[in-house]
Amino acid sequence: MMKRNIYIPYAVFLMIVLLAPMFVKNPYYLGVLVQVGIFSLVTMGLSLLMGYAGQISLGHAAFFGMGAYASAILTGTCHWSPWLAMGAGMLITACVAWFVGTPSLKLKGHYLAMATLGFGLIVNIFFLAEVDLTGGPSGYTFARIPHITFIKWTIKSETSSYYFVWGILLVILLLTLHIIHSRVGRALRSIHADEEAARAMGVNTAQYKVGIFILSGIYASLAGSLYAHYIRFVAPDPFGLMESVLLVTMVIVGGMGSIWGAIAGAALLIILPEALRFFQDYNILIYGAILLFIMLFLPGGIFGGSQMLWLLIRKIPGRRQEAKDG
Amino acid sequence: MLRIQNIRSFYGNLLVLKNLSLHINEGEIVTLIGANGSGKSTLLKSIMGLLPPRQGLIVFQDKDITHLRTEKIVRLGIALVPEGRHIFAPLSVQDNLLLGSYSRYSFRNKSEVMADFDRIFDLFPHLVKKRKQLAGTLSGGEQQMLAIGRALMSRPRILLLDEPSMGLAPIIVEDIFAKITKLRSEEKTTILLVEQNAEMALDISDRGYVLETGKIVFQGPREDLLENAEIKRAYLGK
Repeated sequence: MMKRNIYIPYAVFLMIVLLAPMFVKNPYYLGVLVQVGIFSLVTMGLSLLMGYAGQISLGHAAFFGMGAYASAILTGTCHWSPWLAMGAGMLITACVAWFVGTPSLKLKGHYLAMATLGFGLIVNIFFLAEVDLTGGPSGYTFARIPHITFIKWTIKSETSSYYFVWGILLVILLLTLHIIHSRVGRALRSIHADEEAARAMGVNTAQYKVGIFILSGIYASLAGSLYAHYIRFVAPDPFGLMESVLLVTMVIVGGMGSIWGAIAGAALLIILPEALRFFQDYNILIYGAILLFIMLFLPGGIFGGSQMLWLLIRKIPGRRQEAKDG
Repeated sequence: MLRIQNIRSFYGNLLVLKNLSLHINEGEIVTLIGANGSGKSTLLKSIMGLLPPRQGLIVFQDKDITHLRTEKIVRLGIALVPEGRHIFAPLSVQDNLLLGSYSRYSFRNKSEVMADFDRIFDLFPHLVKKRKQLAGTLSGGEQQMLAIGRALMSRPRILLLDEPSMGLAPIIVEDIFAKITKLRSEEKTTILLVEQNAEMALDISDRGYVLETGKIVFQGPREDLLENAEIKRAYLGK
């Protein structure tokens, strides 16, 4: 009775994901979709943190990078199995997130943004400076990062990478949807809505905030590991401040307070630059204009906008959720 | 039922409650009156474990709850309707109520929680039609009712109400006070009422306390408070 049906949109999405390679034959475009999948994993976690629990992080690219470097170093230098390295990466990230999150999540708003931004910078400097471990500015070049093997398949081609990454994403998505529509999800939203009242209800807000910070870090780390095995090269550049900002932008453009929005935002911000290639020199300009347009006219992001459209079609008054959530 | 002994509570270094003591017997409605800044809300926060006192003792049903976590305190049967309502505006009425049952909600007792829904809607029939609406779109009176309903979802034995009349039209305040009386008579809920609207609050109470700058300066049965010249002048405007 309480649960809005989460399985119908999920099933539709599952079909789209499964069938997409039938229409996208060009391996380059398929590669773009793989990247969408990887980034969606990060934005899903970030959306839990931002849209649901109402906390900001400008350092999420650091978690993404920690997963990528953990996979690169543990498989390359230490010859671990990719799966073990992936798990270790998530464990390391979780510990770091706990260590960083416990003091910083006592801060609010701009101060939390500054603290996480500082954390992101420190991690990036670590990637740059620990040359013996990470390879420094030129990236990890000590060994080629191996392909990952799933049961008996080696994930090598674009098609197999696509199914591998999106398969993992679908599992995590289902898990995330269950979190959102449970007592935990309600507690998270209550923190966002009114932290003081949430505490009065007996919600342990400090614990929840740190918990969701750790979980979103683990998502990012997992995505980082997938990235490392897909691109097979890691360098500090894609894990810097700009990347953190890009991740936050994806969540906002997609629509805060919705996991579907997080995926839509990641898809838009990765596909758009590719789609605008033929404008050549002007593509950045048009890219910026489109983002500005979305923020001005769809304050609820892509998801909020489509929801508004749906409501207009169905003419249900009084449920303009996006106006409140945006 | 609830006994508070010589508690001292601080905001940082600022001493707000200065050796405050009071008690509430089972089934009573007790009113606490006092001016702004006298420490009324601080007292409620101290009871709830949101601002644990540095000294003193809070005993609920013979159990020391002074330093328990809020979640435990809620589970033992104390619920707070915070000042200014503090409903979860972007959440639906239904989700607000479910959050009220947060401390005892689990997969197993789901049906029990659902039964409580009906209980709340019986008390506040106004909310039935609006259960799917966002709480922020309710009127002030409805929000107050929702805040009370939300607190009742934890099945409290004692309900702490912090200025339920704040910012509401007199006719709605009367309605809310009628519900509070009904709660006591039908659900046997004990009530601690903090109010600036002293006269109306005392009308439905058994006893009262007067709080001034963190200290209890007067206490007694309702009639004593209503007839005390000093209280009449300072709080009842007569």
